[in-house]
Amino acid sequence: MTSPILLAVEGLTVSFDGFKAVDDLSLYVERNEVRVVIGPNGAGKTTLLDLICGKTRATDGSIKFKDTELTRLAEDKIVHEGVGRKFQTPSIYENLTVFQNLELSYPKGRTVFGSLFFRRTPAITARVKEIAEMIYLDDDLEKSAGLLSHGQKQWLEIGMLLIQDPELLMLDEPVAGMSVVERERTAELLNRISTNRSVLVIEHDMDFVKDIAHKVTVLHQGKVLAEGKMDDIQKNERVIEVYLGH
Amino acid sequence: MDKPDTQALAASRWMDKFGGRGKLIQILIIAFLIMVVLPLCADIFRLNLYGKYLTYAFVAAGLVLCWGYGGILSLGQGIFFGLGGYCMAMFLKLEASSPENTAIQSTPGIPDFMDWNQLTELPWFWQPFHSFTLTLILIVAVPALFAFLIGFAMFKRRVGGVYFAIITQAIASIMTILIIGQQGYTGGINGITDLRTLMGWDIQTDFAKYVLYFACCGALLLCLLAGQFIINSRYGQLLIAMRDQEDRVRFSGYDVANIKIFVFVAASVISAIGGAFFTLQVGFMSPSFVGTVASIEMVIFCAVGGRLSLIGAAYGAFLVNLAKSSLSETFPQLWVVAMGALFIAVVMLFPRGLAGLVDDYAGPVRRWMKETFKRPQPAPAVEKKTAPPASNTSPDSAPILSAQESH
Repeated sequence: MTSPILLAVEGLTVSFDGFKAVDDLSLYVERNEVRVVIGPNGAGKTTLLDLICGKTRATDGSIKFKDTELTRLAEDKIVHEGVGRKFQTPSIYENLTVFQNLELSYPKGRTVFGSLFFRRTPAITARVKEIAEMIYLDDDLEKSAGLLSHGQKQWLEIGMLLIQDPELLMLDEPVAGMSVVERERTAELLNRISTNRSVLVIEHDMDFVKDIAHKVTVLHQGKVLAEGKMDDIQKNERVIEVYLGH
Repeated sequence: MDKPDTQALAASRWMDKFGGRGKLIQILIIAFLIMVVLPLCADIFRLNLYGKYLTYAFVAAGLVLCWGYGGILSLGQGIFFGLGGYCMAMFLKLEASSPENTAIQSTPGIPDFMDWNQLTELPWFWQPFHSFTLTLILIVAVPALFAFLIGFAMFKRRVGGVYFAIITQAIASIMTILIIGQQGYTGGINGITDLRTLMGWDIQTDFAKYVLYFACCGALLLCLLAGQFIINSRYGQLLIAMRDQEDRVRFSGYDVANIKIFVFVAASVISAIGGAFFTLQVGFMSPSFVGTVASIEMVIFCAVGGRLSLIGAAYGAFLVNLAKSSLSETFPQLWVVAMGALFIAVVMLFPRGLAGLVDDYAGPVRRWMKETFKRPQPAPAVEKKTAPPASNTSPDSAPILSAQESH
């Protein structure tokens, strides 16, 4: 039987010129779990995602994904292992169409020569359309991605990750700057896509967190302050003091 | 009834790999201009000059791939142009330095400048250039390897942008110093001169000049086609994507360094082929075509033509060189200033170069033509096979790089 733990972060530390942005942090994410990380600014939330996806290298500690140690792996290899990461500001290819954005993210033809002689198959087209439908962009496939609204760009980037079918999806403030309707649709989208994968979300919007979180981790000064169900977290006095209170 | 449709579809798929029918027609127009119009209008002296200008079109096309699409500004393309040119020159020089031709030297059978510099033996790296086949391979392999090494060292360490530009410029400068300093091995500042025959065939006759001119045109067209293939593949989209959002490409599972190394190598190889044709048509090679000034001029050719258009860059290289020789014949001092002014004007006023201007003005004309001369369109039949009829644009039949048209 496979272990229920998908991601095990243990004793993770990163220090920037002596400042420990993440300090001896341990965190376990189970399969099919939606975990939300909250915390005040500078708590190390984004740094944590950077460390998992390889953008920043850990000073100490370990990140185990399934049975693979990620701390030494190159960024693209971490993606191949099944970790997808969405950035805080929408990072999409504005000069390409929605279709091309999704197709480029399709996990095939990832080497130089593979991409030079890449052939679009009906299966790929079908998959792109399926994802586009999921992220509410099926009518905009031929639109240049730069022309999408902010919310749509966020969805597109989520779609670009979904098409790779990652086992762990990491989202950095996915609903920041979204309208109320867009927020609701994003929550619905996240609930739909988390059925067979784990999702790790950073978010400030408490209503949104309540909608999606199975479990919440509160970070403070690079350490875990509290962890548990949303209701318990909201009653936790230390959390109220450092974060929720203001 | 079904058959012509599938044939048309296959043909259009095939054309899409090179940017669609429109781009291929534009390449045919270039072919017509350089292979029919120019030879008819110019005497062989002028045509030979035009051939020289066209060798810069290779470099400009390489820069479109690497700078325009890949966002990698190289201020050292002269290095590769020079490497290609020197490889060719070394072969021709060895042929010109047969023991009979050089009987008066103290060591017959080696190039004259080696003899002047008291060399008594051909250096080892000159040996492969006795063979024409090896020379042809080396014209491509030497610059490819050198570009690979530079690219590997820089891109794996994430050196990019302006730092990369400065480093390539420094390397171009080092190359010139090295060539000038090692006179006995390279011919020094004079370069490698007195090139007369190619495998016993006199390359200075008018007939030979015609042949070389047409060969140069043919090679240029092939390079343009290869470039079109590259920018219309998924790899070409990756270049655009990487230019806009490098991190997103990296965190979509691509090794960004490899993508950059390849485009840099491809640009270098194309430049080197141009360099080899330069040597053949001009009859010598010297360090002045390698250095920083030459390399920056090459970037100007590309910028004027349009850094997002292979075809535009070819026109740019030709026209700027044409202007350069007519202006510098009459006002030698003024040319440098004019070149600088031209570059500033391009950057400030029309950053997409000539190709951008043509797009802006030709677009409306083309649309008007389409409206006026409507033809029955075979498109619906195409769609039935590839996409549900509900959507009126099927991504299958859409040009792979429609974003490119908006550039």
